[in-house]
Amino acid sequence: MAQRIYSNQKYEEEFIHTNEDLEKLRSDGILMFQQVPLMEIDGMELVQTRAILNYLSSKYNLYGKDLKERALIDMYSEGLADLNEIFINYPFNPPGVKDTNIALMKEKAKNRYFPAFEKVLKSHGQDYLVGNKLSKADVHLVEVIYNMEELEPNIIASFPLLQALKTQINDMPTVKKFLQPGSQRQPPVDEKNIQKTRKIFKF
Amino acid sequence: MAGKPVLHYVNARGRMECVRWLLAAAGVEFEEKFIETPEAWEKIKNDGSLVFQQIPMVEIDGMKLVQTRAILNYIATKYNLYGKDMKERALIDMYTEGIIDLSEMISQLVLCPPDQKDAKIALIKDKTKNCYLPVFEKVLKSHGQDYLVGNRLTRADIHLLELLLYIEELDSSLLSSFPLLKALKTRISNLPTVKKFLQPGSQRKPPTDEKFIQEARKIFKF
Repeated sequence: MAQRIYSNQKYEEEFIHTNEDLEKLRSDGILMFQQVPLMEIDGMELVQTRAILNYLSSKYNLYGKDLKERALIDMYSEGLADLNEIFINYPFNPPGVKDTNIALMKEKAKNRYFPAFEKVLKSHGQDYLVGNKLSKADVHLVEVIYNMEELEPNIIASFPLLQALKTQINDMPTVKKFLQPGSQRQPPVDEKNIQKTRKIFKF
Repeated sequence: MAGKPVLHYVNARGRMECVRWLLAAAGVEFEEKFIETPEAWEKIKNDGSLVFQQIPMVEIDGMKLVQTRAILNYIATKYNLYGKDMKERALIDMYTEGIIDLSEMISQLVLCPPDQKDAKIALIKDKTKNCYLPVFEKVLKSHGQDYLVGNRLTRADIHLLELLLYIEELDSSLLSSFPLLKALKTRISNLPTVKKFLQPGSQRKPPTDEKFIQEARKIFKF
């Protein structure tokens, strides 16, 4: 949901707390593939995270100015999504697998992804990844940096340009607000959430 | 040379096949460079061509694009297969992502350990028949048009045709209760560019077999 914050768009949330809540959504017929996330927006019931993100990005001008900028933004976003996918799932991994994945994320972040983005920023010397303007790629990157810092607090210590980007994004008034307690930002997953989630989705 | 796109991948379907389909459907000729040895793999990783050291990679219009969705989005937009506005794009993305979810389940089967395979196949067939195919049949029924979105050909139709053919390879009876999908399959298959791609000798790749997986393990060390 970081997307909407960058554009200073208010949004409502209806949380699914029980399996019954989920089954009701399914039987109402609004979940195209019986899955969440779902976003109701502009008269549509959008599912599939990428469909939602792409729509929001276009609507709020975070998707570059032309086809080629979009290609770069997509490339960067997709790489980050690969890393973030492991992060989203790891709290639910069995203990041995969990430790392996934590090590894997740190390794990939430090040896593959962060160097790639540091290199991009160095190559053009601009403040943002693409087109000298804030885009969804910057948003995703900063979110991933925060996520990786939960695993290892100094993880971007050797990436000065990533640090600068993070600072810059943090200083945006909308982001500052989002990062404060009481905002709609979700905290790290804890054991209680995990059990609750397992009950809702039956896994 | 203004140049044809060059696809860098292995000589197999994998994550590049949907790109081949889209280019072919758009009538775009393309070249392929297959990675066939560990040395070739090390070389391309070290020469800076791969932003995240991964393939697929497509050289197109002066860019070296990686990440399948980035590649598909670019091609779809360039060749007018991505709808006419944001809302059509949203529908196309939604359908495409559902198609990708099911396609990935099917393509992962070849990597599945033998003792889990039957259970996986049963799961895939169940989702195909009870979740995914009904969705697309319903979309076609709801507007009665020949294509999924906007009454004209888009990438969603191409991705769907590709999926329907994989479903057929798995179990052709799965399509039997979906008349509108069968009609779409016939219609899209008969488009001249698609017809050509479906013929023997095209750049379309056959199903991945165990032999190929063994070779891939040697090249990519997994």
